[in-house]
Amino acid sequence: MATVVARDSRPGLRRRFSAALYRRPGLKLVFLLLPPLAWMVVVYLGSLSLLFVSSFWRVDPFTSAIVHRWGLDNFKTILTEPAFRATAVRTAGIAAAVTVTDVLLAFPIAYYAARLATPRVRNALLVAVVLPLWSNYLVRVFAWRTILAEGGLADSFLGLIGLPGVRLGFTNWAVWIAFCYLWLPFVILPIYVALERIPRSLLEASGDLGARPWTTFRDVVFPLAFPGVVAGSIFAFSLTLGDYITPSLVGNTRFIGNVIFEFVGVSGNVPIAAAYGLVPVAIMAVYLFVARRLRAFEAL
Amino acid sequence: MRGRKRGASRWARPAIMLGAAVMLLAAACGGGTEAKGGKVFDSVGKGEGKLSLIAWPGYVESGENDPKVDWVTPFQDQSGCQVSVKYANTSDEMVALMRQGGGKIYDGVSASGDATNRLIAHGDVAGVDVQKLIDAYKNQEIMPALQSPGHNTVDAVHYGVPYMWGVNFLMYNTEKVQKPSSWDITFEPSSPYAGNITAYDSPIYIADAALYLKAHQPDLGITDPYELTQAQFDASVDLLKQQAGMVRKYWAVYTDEIDAFKTGDLVAGTAWPVNLSLLLADGQPVDAVIPSEGVTGWADTWMMSSNAPHPNCMLQWMQWTTKADIQAQVAEYYGATPSNSASCDQLRTDLGEEADTVYHCGDQDFLKAIALWKTPQADCGNGRNDCMDYSKWTEAWTAIRGA
Repeated sequence: MATVVARDSRPGLRRRFSAALYRRPGLKLVFLLLPPLAWMVVVYLGSLSLLFVSSFWRVDPFTSAIVHRWGLDNFKTILTEPAFRATAVRTAGIAAAVTVTDVLLAFPIAYYAARLATPRVRNALLVAVVLPLWSNYLVRVFAWRTILAEGGLADSFLGLIGLPGVRLGFTNWAVWIAFCYLWLPFVILPIYVALERIPRSLLEASGDLGARPWTTFRDVVFPLAFPGVVAGSIFAFSLTLGDYITPSLVGNTRFIGNVIFEFVGVSGNVPIAAAYGLVPVAIMAVYLFVARRLRAFEAL
Repeated sequence: MRGRKRGASRWARPAIMLGAAVMLLAAACGGGTEAKGGKVFDSVGKGEGKLSLIAWPGYVESGENDPKVDWVTPFQDQSGCQVSVKYANTSDEMVALMRQGGGKIYDGVSASGDATNRLIAHGDVAGVDVQKLIDAYKNQEIMPALQSPGHNTVDAVHYGVPYMWGVNFLMYNTEKVQKPSSWDITFEPSSPYAGNITAYDSPIYIADAALYLKAHQPDLGITDPYELTQAQFDASVDLLKQQAGMVRKYWAVYTDEIDAFKTGDLVAGTAWPVNLSLLLADGQPVDAVIPSEGVTGWADTWMMSSNAPHPNCMLQWMQWTTKADIQAQVAEYYGATPSNSASCDQLRTDLGEEADTVYHCGDQDFLKAIALWKTPQADCGNGRNDCMDYSKWTEAWTAIRGA
């Protein structure tokens, strides 16, 4: 009589693993999130915490070696030295100016695209808005440098219509113009998305209740579009706050990023660069707190 | 049920906080940078096949900018070392690059005098027995003033070989500016070219202001523009703060100055010889003068990293770049002067009297009259220890540029 050998009834490793995950959904979540979380925590937060810790150290003046002596000297320097304060104020000021300008420019364009344009015009407009982003950042900045140079396109154009040339090359005005141009697509798109979501029925109801167009805009459209405006403004403000390439290419000024770049890349003074790097962090924290208080994030 | 966290989220927050604390602790206890020991190389072995250098733009030409200007390809053919270059704009950048990766990324650097002593003090560069390894030294061809200068020879150990030396002269647009004889068109607020001036974007430029004050405010008593007491330093910084309003664009990247002179945004200011050479090659109406107050300048040294990945190739490069014919080629392209006085014959043949009037080839007195870049230190000799050191220069420069 043939002996029937029973097959090993224990399932394979993959099966057992899969079953364990099924029984413990929490474990499944951990494995799913572990890679991105590990990257976030180790690479991003880890390097930030190293930077934060090094802001308390200092540097030997002659050999430029980092010395692990703890102290608040760096923070004292950046808070008391007028140059650091002036640079931070200038950076935040230009960032605010760029944000306001971009919102004022973006809102009409986004409104037209979202509510007034026919579908074909809307598509063409959106492509036109996004098209500059297809080219390289540096190419666009260098283009502005050429336009604003002495005797460049701007001066020639003004000369054609009989105006004197504006000596804008390498000034703060040039930096402001270049930044407004660079971040405009990032401001238009969130406002467009917010405006597109407003149902027509709300506007019609507002009109039925007797509101004039301006009242409708002020009380219905703008509050609903406000989260989009804030999202766009966060792009414009934070990108300008951290940028250091445009000020050095089209301007003659120093932003927070330039000072940090000088400290790290040129002097090797990482501690004070780290301390100064906490300034934009603080500014953005205040900005986001204010945005939250203005209830911009509630739509999310 | 509200208020009760289930499963993973219960331990998530304490775990994150513990992780953050561990990370901060680990970061705090991390090792710092240490100075390395000093080796002295006295023999050359077989080349390793590669060489990576940090250099001033224009110092390592391999035919990419001008096909006729190439002293790298013959070196590569002869030694088998493929050369790659990282261009730096200021001495501070060179020091920072040289120290990257513990000195194991780049083999050598063409350092000016304001970087050399910092690199030597920190142990970043290795000693070289020049009498044994370098023909130009064996044949007594190097200019006497540059054989063992203080900026690259410490305690009788040579930390490199001399390359080119030159000046930061006053370049101007010949169509818009009357030929100047003084730096005052770049410093005085009454200058007719205010708003179109340029200056070098590095703390070492404070020495240019000190040099100007040496001539125009003699009661300050400035003798060496790199050894400044507090009062002399403050006066120089004040001059620069006032100059900042006249400067259209500070340049550190040499192409920034070249481009701005081409468009007309800049009409006068301090420049390197290579900037003038490239503008003239482009047919621009520019020229340069050495003003009456004098000029700052630089004497560059090829130095090798203490932890160079390809030391034999670097030593062969040092031998190659001290040869008279190579230094003459570099001089004619860059506009700087060779350290090898045997190059002067070739320069005189190629350039005629310009070799002496413009390049001052072999002219020790002219070299001594230049305020060569060097690292300012607190110790200014004669027992005095009250001069401003380079960290003060850097802070002051941040104040001048940041205001």
